[in-house]
Amino acid sequence: MDQLFPSVGISVVRILEKLGHTVDFKQSIFCCGQPAFNAGFWDESRAVAVRVVEALTGDEPIVLPSGSCAAMIKNFYPELFRSTAQAEAAVQVSRRTFEFSSFLVDQLGVTDLGSRFPAKVTFHDGCHGLRELKIKRQPRMLLERVKDLTLVEMEDQTSCCGFGGTFCVRFPMISTAMGETKSTFALETGAEYLVSNDSSCLMHLQGLLSRQNRKLKTIHLADVLAST
Amino acid sequence: MASLFATKFKVRATQITADLDHRANIRTALHSYEKARDEKKGQYQDWEAARERASEIKWEAVNHLDSYLLEFVSKLTARGTKVFWAGNGQEARDYIVALAKERNARTIIKSKSMTTEEIHLNDLLQKIGCEVVESDLGEFIVQLRDEAPYHLVFPAMHLTRHQISDLFQQKLHSAPSENPEDLTMIARRELRLKYLQADIGISGANFGVAETGMISITENEGNARLTTALPKIHVALMGIEKVIPKLSDLALLLPMLATAGTGQQITCYNSMFGGPRQEDEVDGPEEFHLILLDNHRTQLLADSEQRDALHCIRCGACLNVCPIFRNVGGHTYDTTYQGPIGSVITPHLRGLTDWKHLSEASSLCGACTETCPVKIDLHHHLLQNRRNAEKKEPNLSEQFAFRAFALLARYPAIVNWLARVGRPFLPFAKVVDAMMPAPVRAWTSSRDLPAIARKSFRDYWRER
Repeated sequence: MDQLFPSVGISVVRILEKLGHTVDFKQSIFCCGQPAFNAGFWDESRAVAVRVVEALTGDEPIVLPSGSCAAMIKNFYPELFRSTAQAEAAVQVSRRTFEFSSFLVDQLGVTDLGSRFPAKVTFHDGCHGLRELKIKRQPRMLLERVKDLTLVEMEDQTSCCGFGGTFCVRFPMISTAMGETKSTFALETGAEYLVSNDSSCLMHLQGLLSRQNRKLKTIHLADVLAST
Repeated sequence: MASLFATKFKVRATQITADLDHRANIRTALHSYEKARDEKKGQYQDWEAARERASEIKWEAVNHLDSYLLEFVSKLTARGTKVFWAGNGQEARDYIVALAKERNARTIIKSKSMTTEEIHLNDLLQKIGCEVVESDLGEFIVQLRDEAPYHLVFPAMHLTRHQISDLFQQKLHSAPSENPEDLTMIARRELRLKYLQADIGISGANFGVAETGMISITENEGNARLTTALPKIHVALMGIEKVIPKLSDLALLLPMLATAGTGQQITCYNSMFGGPRQEDEVDGPEEFHLILLDNHRTQLLADSEQRDALHCIRCGACLNVCPIFRNVGGHTYDTTYQGPIGSVITPHLRGLTDWKHLSEASSLCGACTETCPVKIDLHHHLLQNRRNAEKKEPNLSEQFAFRAFALLARYPAIVNWLARVGRPFLPFAKVVDAMMPAPVRAWTSSRDLPAIARKSFRDYWRER
């Protein structure tokens, strides 16, 4: 998000500030450590993750515009740090961590952000958000309140897009086949935009769509919600 | 170093993912399954509660396996069943081969059993001169093609009617027909004769009920009934994890297996076997042999993290929802058990170093865990297999890369500076794609690189 999709971060900040909250960004944090964790290198993952745990002390909620990174911190940190000096701190951080759309809907109780996005869109659920964090209705509740936006669901809406972190370069043939299936369903809806709450899924799908010269564009949920 | 099995997996995956007909055929085949499954799930008052209960039953059985197995065996032997405890596949094969030789068996009929596939029984029986015939229609078809089952519940799901018709014409000299009923009748005619000729009938077991000392077999074609009733000798092979405490547990497990496995309320035939023909009975086999197979299951039982993989009732539901399975198909795995459950347990059954690639070949989407009727934590077990594999035998170049990454992560400002300096050059990356490191090429062979943002979020934050 920092280097490739900064607009997502900017949109999150704008939305939260518009709602009257103060936002802080911890510059000492680089990554949640999921790539190493999923590759099986838990010691190396912990070396990255420990900086997240140490930087995020306090009581404030922690918000991430990615179901995948949020699931890593919320669901996997307690396991990663079990029986280490940071075990307690990791549990604390885990409890305060929220994916962006669920933070808005479940924590703040907000669904109408006064946004406007005149387009037909379809929504892709990132698997970590969907199955690790059980987030499904929240992004849809938010999209339904966006003015001039039409949401159409695609076939097999909950199937994986095939990104899967290092999986996408370890097994590019499977990842691509999965992505082709997903993007075909998205294209069949006739939507102009493919929206998701995970930039990594979108990077993969946009890469495929661009290569195939498709007009369908991908956009992060936060960027849609920040539009007026 | 990638294992030979991993290399083979990648080669096959590359071929089959490019086969768009295969992709479409599997999708069509599973589409009707999905509809039927959802409809039958809807008939449960609370499917989630049923899953919870089923997983509790299996938890109880697996966590007290020793006592349930002994109870099970004592009831079976009391009725004259010969029970053999096989520590591994070799011991199980030796027992069956010795029995076949001793009884001069020429023809052996089999009903569907993945456990016999696990120990590669057919090859050995054929080597000693027995004719071995698979009686489940799907198994019968793949046997004619000299292929392994494609899917643990639907062995021939990868074949079209057209292909099956061609196969029957070629191997059985039957008349051409693509009508499923005609094709079934052709197989039936062949098989009826074999049932009558067979000296031994070999079956698997879906469940072993400790309380009554009986095995339960569930099926749709009636072939298991004939396999176990007509020959004089019935041999059943059962993994030790199939034991369940009570007869009443079947009231939940049989319908759940049918719903999750094939989208049925319950399968057409459900039989129980507790011994050979008793004195006051008029039919049934003269001998009943039950082989209880360990074959690394006790090792899995000792793994407290992944013990729940022994809950598996082999319904195949995890394969059906798995996007990896749906794209690479069953044969690419080259294992007895395909799909997520196969990727989880094969490293335990056949070695982590050789089979860890199956745990890597997953996007960890979790669709398997979500659907599993006995609530096995499948996709997290894939993560644990990856961790265990790296702990056992780390891939040094990856370890180096992740250590370098961890080091860089300590200095986000430096990374940001490097990225800022490098940003103007990134558009050229596409031009020099061939010179890029392997992971980048693995991305760009089918996908464009993301457009480059002008400014990082970090820079935006500092400047605002």
